[in-house]
Amino acid sequence: MSKGVLATEKRGMRELGAEKAVGWDVVTQGTLLYPFESELKDVAHIRPEERPYSDFNSYTATVASWRVVKPVYNRDVCIDCQNCWVWCPDTSIISRDKQMLGIDYDHCKGCGVCAEVCPTNPKSLIMFAEAEEIEDALAKWPEKKKKAK
Amino acid sequence: MAITSIKNLKEFSTVNERFEGAHLLCPGCAHSMIVRELMNATDDNLVIATNTGCLEVSTAVYPYTSWDTSWIHIGFENAASAISGAEAMYKARKRKGTLKDPDAPVKFVAFGGDGSTYDIGFQWLSGAIERGHDFTYICLDNENYANTGGQRSSSTPIGAHTSTAQAGRVSYGKKQKKKDMIAIMAAHGAPYVAQLAPNKWKIMAKGFQKALETEGPCFINTVSACTTEWKFNPKDTIHLTDLATDTLMFPVYEIINGTELNILYRPKNVLPVEEYLAAQGRYKHLFKPENKHVIEKIQKEIDAKWEYLQRREEARV
Repeated sequence: MSKGVLATEKRGMRELGAEKAVGWDVVTQGTLLYPFESELKDVAHIRPEERPYSDFNSYTATVASWRVVKPVYNRDVCIDCQNCWVWCPDTSIISRDKQMLGIDYDHCKGCGVCAEVCPTNPKSLIMFAEAEEIEDALAKWPEKKKKAK
Repeated sequence: MAITSIKNLKEFSTVNERFEGAHLLCPGCAHSMIVRELMNATDDNLVIATNTGCLEVSTAVYPYTSWDTSWIHIGFENAASAISGAEAMYKARKRKGTLKDPDAPVKFVAFGGDGSTYDIGFQWLSGAIERGHDFTYICLDNENYANTGGQRSSSTPIGAHTSTAQAGRVSYGKKQKKKDMIAIMAAHGAPYVAQLAPNKWKIMAKGFQKALETEGPCFINTVSACTTEWKFNPKDTIHLTDLATDTLMFPVYEIINGTELNILYRPKNVLPVEEYLAAQGRYKHLFKPENKHVIEKIQKEIDAKWEYLQRREEARV
């Protein structure tokens, strides 16, 4: 058997010149991603807007390009029931002090769950096409529906 | 002990979220509703391990992480072993006095999909529960391997079409029954075992808080509707979960110490299972005349199971 055939002779390694590569045999310990710039204690008591998010935190990223339709929020009809907040899969309903403030369009994927669970009449969240301006959407808001007898 | 108030939704909504948006789960995925609710149910520090699965691959796409807590991802099967290791280390270091902040309350939680809980991680989970570590294991049950293209798992119910149990001329989809994981976990003697659904947010949050408060291993199976593989419109996630709990396809109940069974939600009007099946694309073939017998079989099994649960609740054994 000619030299360099067996794998134990590091045949492949020599051919690829891998013996020169630095660190190929070092066991890496996985990847550490730090969600905050500094060490943060008791995150549950710090409001999102006061947290020092690092570039690794997906809070700094956006999935707005996923949307085909977007929810539009009408403050006039809203009763702050927070149904949309509890069932939003993308942490995109901004609520502070028991009040619904609006939608985080950076993180909303336009799934439509919020509009579906909204209990008011007419709904205070309605899905509109992504290209629709919010003012135009609000101007088109439907009237209160009468109960069918 | 610090626990968030869940008296009503308005009060619940004052918590500060620790699960960030811009993760890459499908629009309308119930996984993130469940994860958010668990992380909002407490304001203790959380140590979370996640099995490989939809949740893991979508919330930690390099270079981003969606978790504002200590979080680890390891293999497909060993979230339960990783979290028990972390818990054992925490206890040891607390005893030796080498913790930086020994008074901070910490809760240990593991998340797994149904593939990694019912099939691949079953042995590891069983071991961790037997050893009696203080952690909560939450299974996000979407009844298939959704991350890899919707293969059948042992959680897939009878009659469902999956990519490896296809419905067609000779077959009506999966032919085997769903594994009863809750009964298996209760048989381990775990102090708290439950099946919860995200549409009943208050029952679910209460269950989570109970599990986090309970010392010892707790197992919770949560229904997680999968828009991609169950084939329904993303906006209907909650509506479909409503159907699941109201047709008793997923009864909501808890078992304490392996014996004490409590039914947590009794639907006022129990719907026929057809309504749940008809809302999803994966059961479409069951409505052909030659497959009608499968629907009858499913309905019969649901009725028997509900009867069994009610009797067990009454008997307290």
